[in-house]
Amino acid sequence: MNIPASFLIVSNSPLLSLLLWFVLISALFYMARKPAHDAIISASRILFHAFRLGGASLVLAAKRLKVRNKEVLLAEGKVASERIIEREFERVNAAVTKDLSTFPALQRSISETVTEIDEDYHKSAEVPPVPPGWAKALEPIATISTADNSMVAEVLKSIKVTLDKGQEKALAEYRTSSKERHAWLKKMVPNLRQIEKGLSEANLCIKNLLERSSTIDRHMDEFEQINKGSNMVEQKLSSSSLTQFFISGFVLAIAIGGAIINFNLIARPMQEMVGGSVHMLGFRVADIAALVIILVEVSMGLFLMESLRITRLFPVIGALEDKVRFRMVIVSFVFLFLLASIESGLAYMRELLSQDDAALVAGLLGDVANNPVEMSGRWITMAAQMGMGFVLPFALTFVAIPLESFIHSLRTVLGVVFVGFLYLSAGLLRLLGNISRYSGKSLVNIYDLVIFLPLWVERTIVARNSIGVETGVAAENMTAFDSNSSKEQNYSKASTKKRMSRKVITKKTVKKGDDSSLTQTQEVLS
Amino acid sequence: MRAIFLCGLLLSLLLTGCSSDQDSGAYNRGIYLLIDTSGTYTNELNKAQQIINYTLAKLNSGDTFVVASIDTASFSEKDIISKITFDDRPSKANQQKRIFKEKIDQYVKQVKSSRYTDITGGILQATEFLNERNSQTKTILIFSDLKEELKEGYIRDIPFTLQGFDVVALNVTKLRSDNIDPREYMDRLAEWSRRVEEGGGQWKVINDLERLDKLVQ
Repeated sequence: MNIPASFLIVSNSPLLSLLLWFVLISALFYMARKPAHDAIISASRILFHAFRLGGASLVLAAKRLKVRNKEVLLAEGKVASERIIEREFERVNAAVTKDLSTFPALQRSISETVTEIDEDYHKSAEVPPVPPGWAKALEPIATISTADNSMVAEVLKSIKVTLDKGQEKALAEYRTSSKERHAWLKKMVPNLRQIEKGLSEANLCIKNLLERSSTIDRHMDEFEQINKGSNMVEQKLSSSSLTQFFISGFVLAIAIGGAIINFNLIARPMQEMVGGSVHMLGFRVADIAALVIILVEVSMGLFLMESLRITRLFPVIGALEDKVRFRMVIVSFVFLFLLASIESGLAYMRELLSQDDAALVAGLLGDVANNPVEMSGRWITMAAQMGMGFVLPFALTFVAIPLESFIHSLRTVLGVVFVGFLYLSAGLLRLLGNISRYSGKSLVNIYDLVIFLPLWVERTIVARNSIGVETGVAAENMTAFDSNSSKEQNYSKASTKKRMSRKVITKKTVKKGDDSSLTQTQEVLS
Repeated sequence: MRAIFLCGLLLSLLLTGCSSDQDSGAYNRGIYLLIDTSGTYTNELNKAQQIINYTLAKLNSGDTFVVASIDTASFSEKDIISKITFDDRPSKANQQKRIFKEKIDQYVKQVKSSRYTDITGGILQATEFLNERNSQTKTILIFSDLKEELKEGYIRDIPFTLQGFDVVALNVTKLRSDNIDPREYMDRLAEWSRRVEEGGGQWKVINDLERLDKLVQ
C-alpha cells in the first residue's frame, strides 16, 4: 500500500506513520466524543422524526383521499342508479302510454259486449207457455160419463182432438223459441271470448307493470343504500368500477386497433391532397391530416351518441331540447356519412396509387415476379378497402360507450392506485425513519469502536482510581467508625429533630399562605 | 383559464405550422450519383442503370436525385445528366420517375468516354449542390473505380467539407495494375476514405450490387 509523501509523519516508515496517524485520530475522536455522539444522535433523531412526520402526513392524505374516493364512487353510483331508475320509469311510461292508453277503448268494448250479452241473455230467457184458461173449464166436462150419451162422447172426442192440436202447436212454438234462444246463446260465445282476450291483455299489462315496479323497488333500495353510504355498497361499486375499467379498456384497445387500420387506409392517399413531404412537429402533415379525420369521425360519433342520450359525457347536449337534440343527431349523422364517403374514396385512391407504385417498381427493376396477382382480381381488394373505409367510421362511433365507462371508472381506479401508493410511501418513510434512528445508534457504537484504545485506557484508569478511593475510604472509615458511632447516634437524633422542626416550619408557612414567608422558609431550609 | 390555454395551444400550432414550411426540406433526402465515364468504365454503365432504377424506386415525394457524369472536368453543372426533386403528390412523383428513367436510358445509349477522371471535381460539385438543397440526409454515390486522372493544369488537392454527408463508392472495380499489386487498390480506397473522413463525411464501399438495400436509408 502506497501512502502519499505528505501523509508520512516519519519518513521511510509508512507503518509507523500509519500508527501515529491512528493514535492522533483516535485522540482527536476521543476528545470530540461527547459532541460527536450528541451530533449523531440528534441528526438521527431529526431524520427519524422527519420521516415519521412525512409518513403520518401521507397516511393522513391517503385517508382523506380514501374518503374523497368514496364520495366520488358513491356520487357516480348515485348517478348511475338514477339513470337506471329514470330508464325504468321511461319504460313504465312507455308501457303505460302504449298499453294502458288502449284501456278506455277496451273498457268501452267490454261494456258494449257486456250489454250485447245482457241483451242476448234476456232474449235467450225461456218464456213459459201460458196455460190455456179454458183448461180448468174442461175438467167438469171431462168428468161427464160418456157411456150414456154418445153425443157427449163425440163432444169430448172433438175436444181431445182440439187439445192435441193445441198441444202440438204449443210444442212446435216451444221448439222454435228454444232454437232461437240457443241461437242467442251461441251468439254470446264470441263476445265472451272477446272479453276474455281483453281481460288477459289487461292482465299482461298489469303483470308487466308489476314486474317493472319490483325492478324499480330494487333499484330504489340500492339508491337508498348508496345514499346511506354503507361500506358494502362502496365495495360493490368499487369492484363494479374495476370490472368496468378492464372491460372498457379492452374494448377501447380493440377500437384503437380499428382506428390504426383506418389510419393506414387513408394516410397514403392523403399525401395526394396535402403533399407527402411537408412535415409538422416532426410528423408528416399527411399523417396528421389522416389522424385528424379519424379523430373528427370519433368526435362526430361521440356527438351522435350524446344526442341519442346513449352516453352522457357532455351534460350540455343531454340538457338540450328534444327538437334541438334531434337536429343534432341528423347533423352529426350527415357529417359522419360524408366523412365515411370521403374515406371510402380515399381507400379507392390508395388502391390506385399502390397499383401505380407496383407498376413503376416493376418497370424500374424489371421484376414482374413481384406482381403475380392478376389484375382481374384487383377489384376484390379495392371493394374490400372501400367497404372498410366506409364501415369503420360508423364502427368507431360506438367507441363512445366504452370511452364513457373508461373515463368514469378511471377516476376510481386512479384513486385506489394513488391511495395504495400513498400508503406504500408512508410505510417506506416509516421504515426509513426507523433505519435512520438505529443507524444513529450504530454510528455511535462504530465511533466508539474506532476509539476503542483511548476508551479502554480511560476505563482502566477510572477503575484503578475507584479501587484506590474505595480502599482509602474504607480504612479511614474503619478507624473513625468507633469514635463516630456514638456521634452518629447523636447526629441521627439531631437530624431527626431538624427534620421535625422543618416540617413544623413549612406547615406554618403554608397555613399563612404568604409567598414572602415561603421564600424565607426556603432560605432557612437551604 | 381554459380559454387562455386553448388560445395558446392554437397559437403554438399555428406557429409550428408556419415554421414547418420553412424547414420542410430538412425531412427530405438528397442523393447525388456520380458516374465514371472514363475509358473502359463506360462498359459498366448498365450496372449504373440498375443502381439508378433501384434508387428511383426507393425515393419518395420531396426527395432530390441527381445523376452526373465524371469526366475531364467534373466541377460543372454541365455534367449533370438529370436532376429532379420529386413532387409532393405521389402520383406526380411516379410520373417524374418514369421520365427520369427514360432520360438516363437515352444517355447510356449515346455516352462517350472521356480521357480523364476528375472525381474530386465531381464530389465538390455534389457537395455544393446538396448543400444548396438543404436536404436532411445527403448522400454522394460514386460509381467509379476511384482511379483519378487529372488533365494537366487542373488543381484538385482541395480538402472536402463533408459534414453530414455519406459518401458511398459503388462497384469499385479492380484494375489490371491492382491485380498485379493489390496494395494499389487498397491504398486507393484508403486514400479516398481518408480524404472523405477528414472532411467530416462517412465513407462506405459497396461492391456487391445485391446489397443495395443499404444504399438508400
